[in-house]
Amino acid sequence: MLSRVADSLYWMSRYLERAENTVRQLDVTMTLMLDPGAASERERWQRLVAALGKPAGLDWNGNLEAMAHKLVFDNLNHAAVTFCVNGARENARQVREEISTEQWQRLNRLYHQIHSPQTEAQFTSSIGDALASIIDGIHLFTGVSNSTMIHGHGWQFIRLGRNLERAYATATMLEVYQPEIFHPQEHEYEGHQYLELVGLLRCCTSFEAYCQVYTADVSPARILEFLLLNRDFPHAIRYCVDSMRDVIESIQRTGGRRPPVELVSGVGRLHAMLDYTTIGEILHGDTSAFLHNIREQCLRIHELIYRYYVHYSIQSALAS
Amino acid sequence: MSAGHPLEMDSLYGDYPLDRAFDEMREAAGMVRPHYRALAETLARLPEDELQRRKQSADLAFLTQGITFTVYGRDEGTERIFPYDLLPRLVTSTEWDRIERGLTQRITALNLFLRDIYSDAKILNDRVIPSELVYSCKHYRRPMRGLQVPRNVYIAVVGSDLLRLNNGEFVVLEDNLRVPSGVSYMLTNRRVMKRTFPQLFSSYGVRPIEHYPQLLLATLRSLAPEGRPEPNIVLLTPGVFNSAYFEHTFLARQMGIDLVEGRDLVTHDNIVYMRTTDGLKRVDVIYRRVDDDFSDPLVFRADSSLGCAGLFNAYRAGNVTVTNAFGTGLADDKAVYAYVPQMIRYYMNEDAILPNVETYLLGDEKQRRHVLANLEKLVVKAVGESGGYGMLIGPHSTAKQREDFTRQIEANPRNYIAQPTLDFSRAPCLIGNHLEPRHVDLRPYILFGDKVNIVPGGLTRVALEKGSLVVNSSQGGGSKDTWILEDETTLA
Repeated sequence: MLSRVADSLYWMSRYLERAENTVRQLDVTMTLMLDPGAASERERWQRLVAALGKPAGLDWNGNLEAMAHKLVFDNLNHAAVTFCVNGARENARQVREEISTEQWQRLNRLYHQIHSPQTEAQFTSSIGDALASIIDGIHLFTGVSNSTMIHGHGWQFIRLGRNLERAYATATMLEVYQPEIFHPQEHEYEGHQYLELVGLLRCCTSFEAYCQVYTADVSPARILEFLLLNRDFPHAIRYCVDSMRDVIESIQRTGGRRPPVELVSGVGRLHAMLDYTTIGEILHGDTSAFLHNIREQCLRIHELIYRYYVHYSIQSALAS
Repeated sequence: MSAGHPLEMDSLYGDYPLDRAFDEMREAAGMVRPHYRALAETLARLPEDELQRRKQSADLAFLTQGITFTVYGRDEGTERIFPYDLLPRLVTSTEWDRIERGLTQRITALNLFLRDIYSDAKILNDRVIPSELVYSCKHYRRPMRGLQVPRNVYIAVVGSDLLRLNNGEFVVLEDNLRVPSGVSYMLTNRRVMKRTFPQLFSSYGVRPIEHYPQLLLATLRSLAPEGRPEPNIVLLTPGVFNSAYFEHTFLARQMGIDLVEGRDLVTHDNIVYMRTTDGLKRVDVIYRRVDDDFSDPLVFRADSSLGCAGLFNAYRAGNVTVTNAFGTGLADDKAVYAYVPQMIRYYMNEDAILPNVETYLLGDEKQRRHVLANLEKLVVKAVGESGGYGMLIGPHSTAKQREDFTRQIEANPRNYIAQPTLDFSRAPCLIGNHLEPRHVDLRPYILFGDKVNIVPGGLTRVALEKGSLVVNSSQGGGSKDTWILEDETTLA
């Protein structure tokens, strides 16, 4: 497959995953603000921005609705949902011959939907519904991608983009939330603490999945264990890393050349780290550093993918 | 009562003048021509709003299939559906037979002409065509001289524009030998029409065109360099901002080949490679949808990044086939066009089956004087332009426009030709709820690999505006599906 095409599919997928993550975190944060709790609106907003990786231009101005509007509709802000959807569509438009007609139509419809006056109106009247319909659009696209596209290289790059973005975003979010959930403020009510924890799970759309594994008995340690180390839940970091490894193996199997040792070992290292660590070790050690390490390794894998599949040097490619 | 009786149809017609121009459906007295009768009957039988309903469902089919073209100069929502007319244009098998023979002859001669000009230029030495006319053409490419082109095929993909005159005869208005477009609309029009009028379609016995992508692929494969039995064939597009980008993606998908941009290609030791996730992969055949000028910054325009540096050298070395060849625009120059009948005589010793439109060369002083004195009756065109740009339509022009053109012609006479304003044929179109005639042309698509291949059909372009003579999509034109009938004896 053409490197440019792989690059476009990878970014199309990353942008959509990013949009979905932003929408869900915003939704959860705004829901939490309904219960006063200990944290102020301002604190919660700052936590949200930090969990999104501290994008610029989103400093709290005291007006929650305006801030939320900006985070969703500000085309010029790189963290905004519309910016991500535009980016995904633009990438898809450049590889129209690679993706299926159904995929293109789905994405196109999402794009037109999010830019329609109706969505803006709905955003003012019932923000939750507006956000839910954006997520629906993204889910439909993912479903259509899985069911109408050949599961070849192109599909693998879509999968790679989604899982890398998701692992990175989840690690970022946990790093931000982690100090608070283990050290709740003294005077906070038990009910509020519960809401906070459930909120964290909802950010990863994982409350129900968590309950199936651990029952509704929510505890910080278990949440961390679930979101970091669960093998079977698609939003858990370990699942994402498993998928990434699977993608690299599959591209290697069907392609003509072997990936460099660096890339295989880079993904393998992260995979092994999550495979051979228990939650006890993570909690007794420096949890923040552990999460930070995951992010660093994700960035490194992204770089290696680029260096090897997209922006490789022509000289070395000719030599091999 | 006979279906051909004009009275029965009266409610169907809107403003439907029958005058000098040939009407595709009706004879001068208003009678429906035999091969159009089944269509007219079907339309007359449809309930009142049924046509509109079908029109809407066809609209939706175009939109959801993403059959769009790009409108330049807008930030958002730059895609529009291509305007089309719901009623098919019918061509009998006798008419088509003549068109097919005529185009085969013409394309063969044009290819021989290109071969000659870029090697010995015998036709110039024999003074059949003035050398100055050829060498002053802005599409003449000197680097092509003496270059061996695979199978001597310069023009593998051609679209020629035909008009039908008052006497019912088809003539060639121009040839498009560089990067002709529109074939995707021919194919998608057919797909939509089959869904819109299934019974009518099957009752007519229409010759199929759906195999065009397969034929194109076979044509490209037949031109692969020697010793490359499994050639890697790609379509080179200028990219997503090109107005024909939809067509590029459509054809690439239909043929199952990669759609590449210039930045995907690199050359090394006169071999072209594309960058894939699997390393560099050799490219053997390039179906080029990028103009000459932008194809290789080392040989043509240095400021272009749409092509690939070193492509021309790899081509010269015979390591990659690029088609159409470079410099083919020479033969569709509107002044060189005037000499095509002479070419056919010179190279093939035959008379042209499809005549040219009478053309005045403004480089010739006598002809120029005649043209300048009669500007308001003539159409003036710049020789190297296409898409309906750089044109003066005399009868529809203002004194100011004529003055401007007079000045431009006098400044650079070689750059213009003039032709009589043609009363070309009209076909019925659905305007509102009624049929009204609109001017149409016909662009068949010709493929030239092992031999000349023409799928029976083409793009009928329509000047959708009342009275307009301009069919180009960039100037408010639309299109129609074109049905080449298998055998008219069944139509009585």
